[in-house]
Amino acid sequence: MYIKKKCVAMLLAGGQGSRLYALTRDMAKPAVPYGGKYRIIDFPLSNCTNSGIDTVGVLTQYQPLVLNEYIGSGQPWDLDKMHGGVHVLPPYQTAMGASWYEGTANAIYQNMSFIERYNPDYVIILGGDHIYKMDYSKMVDFHIANNADLTIAVQEVSLEEATRLGIMTCDKDFKVVDFTEKPKEPKSTLASMGIYVFSWDKLKKYLIENENANTGSKDFGKDIIPSMLENQERLFAYSFDGYWKDVGTLDSLWEANMDLLSPSVPLDLYDPNWKVYSRNSNMPPQYIGSNANIENSMISEGSSIDGTVDFSVIFSGVTIEKGATVNYSIVMPGSVIKAGAVVEYAIIGEDCVIESDAKIGTSPENIENRDEWGIAVVGHNVTVSKGKFVEPKQIIADNI
Amino acid sequence: MGVNYSVLGLIFASMHDSAVVELTKQRTMGSILFGGRYRLIDFPLSNMVNSGAVEVGVITKSNYGSLLDHLGSGREWDLSRKKGGLHLLPPYSQVGGIYRGRLEALNNIWSFVEHSNAKYVIMSDCDIVTTIDFNPVLKQHIESGADITAIYSKSKYNSEKNQLTNILELDQTGRVKDVLVDPQFSGECNMCLDMFVISKDFLKKIVTEAASRNQHSFIRDVLQAKKDEYAIYGYEHKGYFTKIDSIQSFYEANLALLNTENRNALFRKDLPIYTKIGDNGPVKYGLESNIKNSLIADGCIIEGTVENSILFRGVKVGKDTVVRNSVLLQGTQVGNKCSVTSIITDKNVKITNEKVLTGSETYPLYIGKNAHI
Repeated sequence: MYIKKKCVAMLLAGGQGSRLYALTRDMAKPAVPYGGKYRIIDFPLSNCTNSGIDTVGVLTQYQPLVLNEYIGSGQPWDLDKMHGGVHVLPPYQTAMGASWYEGTANAIYQNMSFIERYNPDYVIILGGDHIYKMDYSKMVDFHIANNADLTIAVQEVSLEEATRLGIMTCDKDFKVVDFTEKPKEPKSTLASMGIYVFSWDKLKKYLIENENANTGSKDFGKDIIPSMLENQERLFAYSFDGYWKDVGTLDSLWEANMDLLSPSVPLDLYDPNWKVYSRNSNMPPQYIGSNANIENSMISEGSSIDGTVDFSVIFSGVTIEKGATVNYSIVMPGSVIKAGAVVEYAIIGEDCVIESDAKIGTSPENIENRDEWGIAVVGHNVTVSKGKFVEPKQIIADNI
Repeated sequence: MGVNYSVLGLIFASMHDSAVVELTKQRTMGSILFGGRYRLIDFPLSNMVNSGAVEVGVITKSNYGSLLDHLGSGREWDLSRKKGGLHLLPPYSQVGGIYRGRLEALNNIWSFVEHSNAKYVIMSDCDIVTTIDFNPVLKQHIESGADITAIYSKSKYNSEKNQLTNILELDQTGRVKDVLVDPQFSGECNMCLDMFVISKDFLKKIVTEAASRNQHSFIRDVLQAKKDEYAIYGYEHKGYFTKIDSIQSFYEANLALLNTENRNALFRKDLPIYTKIGDNGPVKYGLESNIKNSLIADGCIIEGTVENSILFRGVKVGKDTVVRNSVLLQGTQVGNKCSVTSIITDKNVKITNEKVLTGSETYPLYIGKNAHI
């Protein structure tokens, strides 16, 4: 017995996130830690629960272990529901054979029976690679008010970013008149955020047509949206001007963390009316020692800090010993930075050990040729031995 | 955890409320805040769960609103169960009125205990903060053939400072020879932690006998009166513990967590202490923050200086403000250019800009819940 839902959310969490290199070697991108105590997927899941959407399908495929375990029953997001709740949806075998999710549209196509059970009016498609706080219910209201078939959340981006995103042109009523996926010469800078509200009957129709057409891409941006435009369906752009940040590359992940330390960035993690939920690690409060020197940083519970921390985001259960220095860096859960180690402009993965006097990354001021500078990255569970140097732009996935 | 017998935990959440009247005005002993993010009941409750108890009854008395809110369904302690789980036992009584002591409380809730399949019962109050594995206690209890096993620690006692303290005198075999309540002396003693292991059958016997004689005190009417008749043995707990029996000891017990050894003894990886989740953001430290030797819970936003202090969840410390030797409970807000030394602020206290508040380390200044200064 299923109770009808007005809106069901489908969260595409199967991508590899290959541009995060070592950080996604053993976990899917949405499971990558962000912001001191969160994982990326906490943001869309918290958005769902805060928007009153209580039925969420999470489509997984690449390295799902960490992600599956993290989502569990969905209780941390209040998504352990008698009717609805969060469901992890991996690819499966049928009487016709087995197939992996081939593209974003195909992944939803393969889970049409999941959506059908709730008989929704609207389906909202989400990604797992952005940090933002958004009330989806307002976007659904906008969709209803415009009698739309598809509403695409949009944001103004720079011309450079526009070449990597789906770009559209709208008339004065926000009706979409043109859409191009990753244009070489963008006609506008209005970019799709990869958040779609579909009327379910229309989505179903186009998913089936797309599957039968067998385009090879089976993708929302490349297939579904262009064919809907071609057929003169009602496509609208929903403008979102809040904070929205891609964390799909090492640089953007680092920047999105640093954004939390900037007073001018409008991403408030302390709003009691819009909490960002996460699975708790059950650790005591953080202890700041007598030799610590902390400025403009974010530090999470269970950590023990006796060194210098400046402009950094430190996750739970991290130890930074006396005499260690961490500047402009991200240190993920459970890692240990030993005495005399210097971590600058770097990302340190989960459960790493940076032995004494090791040096990870360098400040851009110390590099003559700026092209040679970049964030240094140490992957998860890596030990960097005493006195070793990880250069800017270098990515370490195994012990050195 | 290796238990092959079933154990029922019973927690007296409201014993000794009178010892810390400042903090129990709007709550009960078990819901007193402690250590940045915990409430006192988290310790006995987590200890029982970590020791393999799958069923725990919490016996309340009055002022238990905050306790109910904290415990909820018991999910955070893994006690939201079909079999066993957490049971809140408010003070209902066949004879009317609130119970006078442990035995009367047990008699009132006996049908709950009766329904449990457990063979053994662990009883604990909430005024002792410690991390303990009860399995070795149960093992000793069974092997020694004791009727009652009382857990104690060797500790310094001072009748000037301590109150509501039970002291055990033991013979060489560890059997309890006498129990002294608040004796007038100072020095080393076997301080009873008011945690007991007893079989359900034996507990039934003493509760029934006490009821028929209108007796209600477990200490006076059982431990003291029946010390020769019953085999009562002590079990020495060697781990760190602290007893909250005054606002001063509350202050000292919190600040004692700044000692790494104490902290490691209380917060062990193998015996975690569980608590209600707050869903707060990480701690945010501002450009001019300066933090030394402090314990800081999630959700705090700190712009000023904090030294030798315990900050609970969601505390805000403004710019050019100095907080020293203080215990600031959940949601305390200290404005800009304040100086705050040796104070305890209860929940949601607001201290506006440019205030100077000073207590003494031997007599901290306590500021009541929701006060606005």
